[in-house]
Amino acid sequence: MILLQLFFSFIQVGLFSVGGGYAAIPLIQNQIVDVHGLMTLSEFTDLITIAEMTPGPISINSATFVGTRLAGVPGAIICTLGCILPSFFICLALAFFYYKYRNFSGVQKILASLRPAVVALIASAGLSILLLGLFNAEGSEIVLSNFRPVECILFVGAFIILRKYKASAISIIFGTGVVGTIIYLVIQYI
Amino acid sequence: MKGKESKAQILWKLFKATFMLSAFTFGGGFVIVSLMKKKFVEELKWLEEEEMLDISAIAQSSPGPIPINASVILGYRMAGIVGSLVAILGTAIPPMIVISVIAYFYEEFRNNPVINIALQVMRAGVAAVIFDVVLNLAKNVCKTKRILYIGLMVCGFIATAVFDISAMIVILCCLIIGIIDLIIDTKTKGRE
Repeated sequence: MILLQLFFSFIQVGLFSVGGGYAAIPLIQNQIVDVHGLMTLSEFTDLITIAEMTPGPISINSATFVGTRLAGVPGAIICTLGCILPSFFICLALAFFYYKYRNFSGVQKILASLRPAVVALIASAGLSILLLGLFNAEGSEIVLSNFRPVECILFVGAFIILRKYKASAISIIFGTGVVGTIIYLVIQYI
Repeated sequence: MKGKESKAQILWKLFKATFMLSAFTFGGGFVIVSLMKKKFVEELKWLEEEEMLDISAIAQSSPGPIPINASVILGYRMAGIVGSLVAILGTAIPPMIVISVIAYFYEEFRNNPVINIALQVMRAGVAAVIFDVVLNLAKNVCKTKRILYIGLMVCGFIATAVFDISAMIVILCCLIIGIIDLIIDTKTKGRE
């Protein structure tokens, strides 16, 4: 019974969360904490922290986490499926229309004005994750004295390697993880 | 797209690529979009840059997780509906494995100092990758030499980064501006 309830809850989350992971959080909270009372608010806050810390899309992370906590592995699968299902059908339809009509000059013209917006959005996402890396805080919570020089050096180093040697994204992310952790551990034990 | 590769090879590459991207992506949807751009446009050369940006705009505007939306469209482009399913699996499996393991001992995970350091420093790497991608993209927007497009990019950045306006609203505004631009264009061409 709980599986069915979770499935329908997460279909609603998938269907109504327009704008990505952070838009899904209040919806999941509403379904799981307020409507069905399956989790307490503090458990839910922990969940969000974990979902943000770990790799992968935040809404998939939250769906898996809620599912596992409430109904084990079957719960995780059911919640994730529910979350993905609306996306699958809607985006498949959009993809179909996009590839059918994208070569029309009118459509091209409209798409051309959307592209700069996407570049801006990616830049803005990059800036917020950079600030998160350099200060370990977001937006208004940033305190200059919390500046982290190690991360700053890692960022500059990684950026230079990317521009000069066209390194792959995954090797850069993994590399900074390993090098940075070693630096911090060495600093701690000296 | 290369015609030499068989469908099975494409599906396998698609799965591997989405799986690795999803396993190493932290943070919101646009982080994975920039990684996808690097992987599928620069490394695999499967897509044109414009196409990747269009896919990102569609993924952002439709409901559901952005990485999943982008995977559906990308998979469809490479290998039809089967491609979509493969790309979804690749994107969904890594977080599912990681999270279901963590869910059982999340107190220990959250308080582990080494894990915390690794997750914190990796952000610097992710940021470097995004800025690398953004620099290439912004250069190409400037190459169009249309003040409208450069202006949209600058205003869009200020709106989201400084004023915290949602991505959805920025895309919607640019869509309306695009339609107005199209109408003006057809009208002036009609007069000539």
